[in-house]
Amino acid sequence: MANSDTAIKLTNIHKTFGTLEVLKGIDLEANDGDVISIIGSSGSGKSTFLRCINLLEQPTEGEITITGEPLELKRGKHGDLEASNQKQLTLMRERVGFVFQNFNLWPHMTLIENVIEAPVHVLKRSRKEAIEQADILLKKVGLYERKDFYPGQLSGGQQQRVAIARALAMDPQVLLFDEPTSALDPELVGEVLSVMRDLAAEGRTMLIVTHEMAFAKEVSSKVMFLHQGQVEEFGPPEQVFGDPKSERCKEFISSVF
Amino acid sequence: MDFEVIVEYFPRLLEGAWTTIQLVLVSGIVGSLMAVPIGLARHSGVFWIRALPYCYIFFFRGTPLLVQIFLVYYGVSQFEAVRESMFWPYLREPYWCAIIAFCLNTSAYTAEILRGALAAIPKGEVEASKVLGMRKSLMYRRVLLPRAFGMIVPAYGNEIILMLKGSALASTITLLDLTGMARTIIARTYTPIEIFLSAGVIYLALSMLVIWVFRWVERRHNEYLRPIEN
Repeated sequence: MANSDTAIKLTNIHKTFGTLEVLKGIDLEANDGDVISIIGSSGSGKSTFLRCINLLEQPTEGEITITGEPLELKRGKHGDLEASNQKQLTLMRERVGFVFQNFNLWPHMTLIENVIEAPVHVLKRSRKEAIEQADILLKKVGLYERKDFYPGQLSGGQQQRVAIARALAMDPQVLLFDEPTSALDPELVGEVLSVMRDLAAEGRTMLIVTHEMAFAKEVSSKVMFLHQGQVEEFGPPEQVFGDPKSERCKEFISSVF
Repeated sequence: MDFEVIVEYFPRLLEGAWTTIQLVLVSGIVGSLMAVPIGLARHSGVFWIRALPYCYIFFFRGTPLLVQIFLVYYGVSQFEAVRESMFWPYLREPYWCAIIAFCLNTSAYTAEILRGALAAIPKGEVEASKVLGMRKSLMYRRVLLPRAFGMIVPAYGNEIILMLKGSALASTITLLDLTGMARTIIARTYTPIEIFLSAGVIYLALSMLVIWVFRWVERRHNEYLRPIEN
């Protein structure tokens, strides 16, 4: 049973693409306030795993529990698991914020429109209330002055900060970050990480797939090292980065630092 | 060149042009409204929902507009049930037959344009709607259709211009549109150069109008594509 303060519980997540087994049974439990970094080399299944949590990717096997509520799954036509209750899935997604590698802002809407879209039309908040909240969030990520700009008029780092504000506008209980800085020019990485650092300091529950090792070491409460679809190492950052038990994790850590 | 003929019959040509404008406007509006559900169905992931609009589009893109007009005007009236139905007062009028044929034709083309635009929306933008808890209907209404609309504008302007010129075929079922009117005048005056040239100029002016309107819409709707002005 999940504890009352268990934000996310994933059990035995498998994912197969054709004959390629990308995830080979991964378990993860995140409590409220946990910041868990998921690291590993390319192709280790980090992003796929993260995308399985809110069914952007359909796992082949496994159980997903979000804030104590198990997600109802059924076997789909192609053999993977899909939501058997679409309504539950959308309600669950409201509680789980997701930040993409490529920001994925809607380019035809201004920043403020991007941020208030879901609060107004999904959460049915009043437009006024949503705008007030969006103003606060845009101030927080430092882009309030540009709220009437379009995404295409911003740098990648700025777009990613707006994408974070858009996710926060839903008051999510968990935030998932899928390599949020990997598409950015090196000089823009810092501004996004600093926003994420603030969120971690607020005590938000976050799962972060990242290649920024120094950042992961600094903000995480736990670190998960994936290798070929399996958890090779899991523990507090001091242990994973300082004294890894697995040979592969040791190699990986020494290659990136 | 007999300019007097042109001056004398120009008002009649304008009358014909007005019929042409009506044909294009009515079928443009109705056809584009029809195109939305057809295009959405065509974009569906479910085979059976996709199949029917596929056949529809296949037929109307694959056969000449003239044949379609003849089918509606000469074909439908063969059925007694049609002649006795409440729609007969409309279906016997060449005006409405032309509009029906144009609506069907343009809706097929426009639906295909819409399908292309929906398919061209980057996958990430669709995922962004999903992860924010949007249901499909909301996602299409609020994000995908408005997004697709911006992509459609140039191609749709093209479709309207093609329809404007295609509307000349309405003259084959006795309708006095711009072309029909020109032919009627020529039958009386034997001045094909003068009258057809004048009709051509009016068609050009109408095309120009369409181009302007769509350029304006494009600029307004695709404001987000413009770089910041300093």
